Amino acid sequence: MPVTFSVNGSTRTVDVPPETPLLWVLRDVLDLKGTKYGCGAAQCGACTVHLRGVPTRSCVLPVSRVAGQEVRTIEGLSPDGSHPLQRAWVELDVPQCGYCQAGQLMAAAALLAAKPTPTDADIDEALDGNLCRCATYLRIRQAVHHAASLAATDAAGTGARRRGED
Amino acid sequence: MTTPTTVSRRAFIRVSALAGGGLLLAAYTDLAEGAAALLDSAADFAPNAFVKISSEGVITIMAKNPEVGQGIKTMLPMLIAEELDVDWAQVSVEQTMADQQRYGSQVAGGSSATPSNWEPMRRAGAVARAMLVAAAAETWKVPTSECRTASGVVTHTPTGRTATYASLAATAATLTPPDPASVALKDRSAYRIIGKRTSQVDNPAIVTGKPLFGIDVSLPGMRYATFVKCPVFAGKVATANVEDLQRLPGITKAFIVRGGTQLTGLLDGVAIVGETWWATQVARRRLRVTWDEGATAEQSSEGFARQAATLGAQAPEQTLRSDGDATAALAAAAKVVEAAYEYPFLSHATLEPQGATAHFHDGIMELWTTSQTPQGARQLVASTLGLDAASIQMHMVRGGGGFGRRLTNDPVVEAAAIAKELAGTPVKLLWSREDDMTHDFYRPAGWHFLKAGLDARGALVAWQNHFVSFGSGGRFASSAGLGANEFPARFVPNYSVGASLIPFGIPTGALRAPTSNAIAFVFQSFLDELAEAAGADPIQFRLDLLSSPPVGVAQGTMDAGRMRGVLEKVREVSGWARRAALPKGTGMGVGFHFSHRGYFAEVVQATVTPRGVLTVDKVWVAGDVGHTIINPSGAEQQVEGSVLDGISEALAQAITISGGAVEQDNFDMFPLLSMRQAPPVETHWVLSDNPPTGIGEPALPPVVPALTNAIRAATGKRIRALPLSKADLSWS
Repeated sequence: MPVTFSVNGSTRTVDVPPETPLLWVLRDVLDLKGTKYGCGAAQCGACTVHLRGVPTRSCVLPVSRVAGQEVRTIEGLSPDGSHPLQRAWVELDVPQCGYCQAGQLMAAAALLAAKPTPTDADIDEALDGNLCRCATYLRIRQAVHHAASLAATDAAGTGARRRGED
Repeated sequence: MTTPTTVSRRAFIRVSALAGGGLLLAAYTDLAEGAAALLDSAADFAPNAFVKISSEGVITIMAKNPEVGQGIKTMLPMLIAEELDVDWAQVSVEQTMADQQRYGSQVAGGSSATPSNWEPMRRAGAVARAMLVAAAAETWKVPTSECRTASGVVTHTPTGRTATYASLAATAATLTPPDPASVALKDRSAYRIIGKRTSQVDNPAIVTGKPLFGIDVSLPGMRYATFVKCPVFAGKVATANVEDLQRLPGITKAFIVRGGTQLTGLLDGVAIVGETWWATQVARRRLRVTWDEGATAEQSSEGFARQAATLGAQAPEQTLRSDGDATAALAAAAKVVEAAYEYPFLSHATLEPQGATAHFHDGIMELWTTSQTPQGARQLVASTLGLDAASIQMHMVRGGGGFGRRLTNDPVVEAAAIAKELAGTPVKLLWSREDDMTHDFYRPAGWHFLKAGLDARGALVAWQNHFVSFGSGGRFASSAGLGANEFPARFVPNYSVGASLIPFGIPTGALRAPTSNAIAFVFQSFLDELAEAAGADPIQFRLDLLSSPPVGVAQGTMDAGRMRGVLEKVREVSGWARRAALPKGTGMGVGFHFSHRGYFAEVVQATVTPRGVLTVDKVWVAGDVGHTIINPSGAEQQVEGSVLDGISEALAQAITISGGAVEQDNFDMFPLLSMRQAPPVETHWVLSDNPPTGIGEPALPPVVPALTNAIRAATGKRIRALPLSKADLSWS
């Protein structure tokens, strides 16, 4: 039965068994390979996407449940890799193997959207369910803080331009 | 000095192939052969298999080793770029195919890539630079000695004339490469890339979700495969309802694959191939299979523990090392300490489960693998499927974590066997998490029955260990051994170590810092017990032991001076002296270990509540891996990752066997460290005057005993069995 939903701003219709997890629809039907399979049981967070802005484990979410809704994946986090988190991740060299990082970034993006200047405790709480087998946690924490400051600088710059300043 | 010689490309290759001499040069003649394959046009310059400069100015450096998160795809090209004398920003890095003849050894294991490539990779860059300089000198009719290079430009110093590498590429391509051993290398003080924090080259692709990993491989017409093996290792398929499965929607083919008995090779299983991986997983639920489980079904962790206790009470079956007379020295000792230690099986649990993609077409087996030993994969596929090794083409794809799991190529041979059955159709095999955790090559469990003696001054005079491990016929199973020179061997005058082996059918293998990841826990914990019995400071006790004259000479073993260096460093940076002032419930512990040529000493501070809830407060690390940290960002990552990996193992990880099968199949039963549990890690380097060595593993082993020793200091409880989740840490 066809299911229609929005992915990264585009409307997509897929014809798959309705119980197929969103993860496999994204990866193998829509060819969005950024979202990763880690456990298939909502235990590791590698498959984290945004469903209506909320970080969601796509590996246990039947695609029928996202009909008519808005899904955002790592490929849609920014058009060109310029989201403050993506810049911070590259600048601070966060990834080791990199496999969990799409999930980490999506979880962190939802955190920053809700709390632009999170504390360590906020970060720990928001990201505790996103496992990193390489244990890049220390760099992730640093990079979320760094992204928050990059975002603040971006906002200040935008504000300044809007006010006609340089 | 190179004499420019104008030769045709054919002759260029022949000339360099004839220029063979020593070992290094021989390797490079192979590389020159490979260089031709890189050339897109006659105007391009490819002095060897690692560097290519196009006349359009594109500088490409080839990364030859498997990348599984250790950062080698960035680090090896940094070495080449340094001596090529270009800016890092000018370089684009490409992963090579698996081709040992062209690129030399391509292995991710043993923290070996740094020591084995430190010089050859720099020389590969230096050869290219020398040829570009020669090309400029020839063009300008000036001596090469008057030319200098920087940022991909040759400058004639007296006149200030300049030429870019790109403009010189066509001329350089006509020159004979100099003997790599003859080219001058930079002085370390002149490094501009080596020693600089460098973000991994794949990071932009990682953070934008580009297809990059083994699981992301996608080919036109590709099918997906699930391969179901017997839960009991090496069990055979008796019957399976493959015809039923084949009728299910989205299923292309289901069939029984016959394998052998070698655990590292192809084993029996049921292949389910379909249009999506999910379809194969749905079909799997309908699989009705009966297994011939074999004798391994009788084996269990409980049974192994009973056998270990029985064996431990007897004399060792074999002697691993004997110095002096440990029995007599123990009888004469002022104090004798006795303890039994044990540790469990562990799984690698790479976050990307095992898998591989294979396409059997036109007489070629084309593979996309995340193998840490691609050459081993090629041989396994060739011998198992009766293929000519030369007909196997292997793409090396980034792996989502390795830790030693991808040293074994079972998923590759499975994918190849399935693809051979579906000749002409590319097939991507992906294991489920459950497959991955229940069909690993586990860090072997082990038991140590220890006894040691101190003299009246508190010096360690006797050490006796009966190690009960796995294996048969007097041979240890993979990664289940104990080296005869393993510390404190050579530093105790009366030293006796023996082993007894339990035969078994469980696959074991190298897990990050193999053998060391277990041995350090046991020996550094027991040393702590001895320091305590001697009434000595745990660090001073170790320093004194490392200062005693070693027994005999052993090549390639630990240098006590370097180890004292890192111990002294970690004592200083951790504020060890303040530990006496810590409140009850908080303690500091130390551990050190030499492995993979690296020297690491670590201090952990931990806090345990009276009810037994443990928090790891902080870890201080002092490491000596030589005079240069090639990529400080990557090196610190590896230290932090190793340290937190060790803590993760110690806290709650254990694989147990029941009925010949693994009982844990997902992260709820085999927990990985989470962000909240990750303590700060402070890394300090001791830069000794030694060539750089690898960093993927040696920082792991010391943290485990440093943690258990800290728990002792905090609570008075001595941890002699892992994981900590099984221990009652409460105190009052």
